[in-house]
Amino acid sequence: MRKPRSSLALLMIAAALGASAQAAERYGIGRPATPAEIAGWNIDIGRDGSNLPPGNGSVERGRVVFSEQCAACHGAEGQGGVGDRLTGGQGTLATAKPVRTVGSYWPYAPTLFDYIRRAMPQNAPQSLSDEDVYAASAYVLHLNGLVPADAVLDAKTLAAIRMPNRDAFVTDPRPDVKNR
Amino acid sequence: MSEPAADKRARKASRRHFLQASAAIVGGSSIGGLGSTNVLAEQAGSDAANLPPNVPEWMKAPGDPMGSQPYGAPSVYEKGVVKNISKSLPQYISASGRTPLQELDGIITPNGLFYERHHGGVPSIDPAQHRLMLHGLVDRPLVFTMDDIRRFPSESRIHFIECSGNPVYTKPYGKTASDLVGLLSCAEWTGVRLKHVLEEAGLQKDAKWIVAEGADAAALTRSIPIEKCLEDAMLVYSQNGERLRPQQGYPLRLLLPGFEGNMNVKWLRRLKVTAEPAYSREETSKYTDLMPDGTSREFTFYMEAKSIITRPSGGQLLSGPGFHEITGIAWSGRGRIKRVEISVDGGKNWQNAQLQEPVLTRALTRFRMPWRWDGEEVVIQSRAIDETDYVQPTLAELIAIRGANHFYHNNAIWPWRISALGEVSNAQA
Repeated sequence: MRKPRSSLALLMIAAALGASAQAAERYGIGRPATPAEIAGWNIDIGRDGSNLPPGNGSVERGRVVFSEQCAACHGAEGQGGVGDRLTGGQGTLATAKPVRTVGSYWPYAPTLFDYIRRAMPQNAPQSLSDEDVYAASAYVLHLNGLVPADAVLDAKTLAAIRMPNRDAFVTDPRPDVKNR
Repeated sequence: MSEPAADKRARKASRRHFLQASAAIVGGSSIGGLGSTNVLAEQAGSDAANLPPNVPEWMKAPGDPMGSQPYGAPSVYEKGVVKNISKSLPQYISASGRTPLQELDGIITPNGLFYERHHGGVPSIDPAQHRLMLHGLVDRPLVFTMDDIRRFPSESRIHFIECSGNPVYTKPYGKTASDLVGLLSCAEWTGVRLKHVLEEAGLQKDAKWIVAEGADAAALTRSIPIEKCLEDAMLVYSQNGERLRPQQGYPLRLLLPGFEGNMNVKWLRRLKVTAEPAYSREETSKYTDLMPDGTSREFTFYMEAKSIITRPSGGQLLSGPGFHEITGIAWSGRGRIKRVEISVDGGKNWQNAQLQEPVLTRALTRFRMPWRWDGEEVVIQSRAIDETDYVQPTLAELIAIRGANHFYHNNAIWPWRISALGEVSNAQA
């Protein structure tokens, strides 16, 4: 790989490679994946909320889920402990002591559903119902002042939340540092 | 297995090390006296029986029989060469352990010492029950068994993997080479080019990214640009000739030469071809780099050129003035190492080190330079230059642009200070 300056050229080469990949002879290895198999494993939620499941969860229910499933590591109010701090920190990112939390840092709300469902709670991932994942997501967003106490989140309302730090991400400009 | 004889040797060895250490401390503080003389005498007495002109004890009886170790282990005298795992981590399920770089020679990391980073512990996966699913923007979604994966044309290549946070930019800085950059290892990997597997499914024209997911308790997910998948990415099942260790993704992992470690998804179970990245938690809230102005860099894939002197390095002791070889490792995610320069005068003058062949792309390169130490305090350091002519920067230069809260992708020069007593320590600590 050369300097990133030539990354456009690389992309063009890659596109050409992609085209040739489609034309190549097949080995005949593997078997078809069925739609049911794919549906069971495809748990990715897009940043736009795509692939979010049916159902919903309230901040009120989330308060219960959080205290039972999350508070032991993340603190009763999401202030952090063995697990990451989840709340606060808005307005600190450009300071000497930035605090990166769901509220201050995460760019997309649907990622919260994706991550809680696939990886939390740490001792029993993929054990929460979709409703409880919506509820826990709603409660964490409420703790960050991003949804009101009476909010109920579903695929549409979760995807509609605009996270404060959404537009602060930039692409890789390296090499950015010169040895003099 | 069980070798009383070996255990006895180990006990004797550790006693000797203790005595030597005691002698060194006493000698260093110039106390001397009767006590230290006795210690030195005892040390000399216990060692002398195995030294010339005597016949060593291990020649006077047969050694351990064939089959004592069905899977070989290092000498009992190397018990201290283990992964460098902090005893004060907040938790050990999402955590990392380091390779003891300063104890190793060459460029290949032994499998038992390969660095570890997991986000949901190390799963124990039955390969007969493991499947790789390939779906998304493909003509034919497919499921592969491990036997299927091994039927593809195979390939072996030597590449490093380095964690992106190796080390962070803020103090306290580590004492040893392992503390500083031990989230780095290098192995010979065997598997199949991802390109071949993708061809089986047939990429559709909007295919721009592939989302890779692990079968661990974190179901770790990262998005990889399609050009990398078609360039040199591999699905790997063996490491240094044997099947992957569980800590390295058994039975199947992704290998993305030169990309930050966490993207080389372990325990790989799913590849989804997409038009845009997943924007998963691990590529938004983690593994993004905060800049002083509050913006954050995302999708910073390649690990830039870097090097470190592993001998002499922090925590070691030079035996005295005279000849010492300076050696270390250099690497770049962007290609081959072109040159490594060494300074033995605090960074004023630099001279070229010898590079050990073969110099491989996106692999560790071993460098060496003969050196005579005059016994004066000195600061030594190395800097790598890769085939793009990029020069490894100083920590100050990095922080001046990126700030101290950047966290990942720190490829700074790390100088070592050697005191007049020969003690080596981190010159930036």
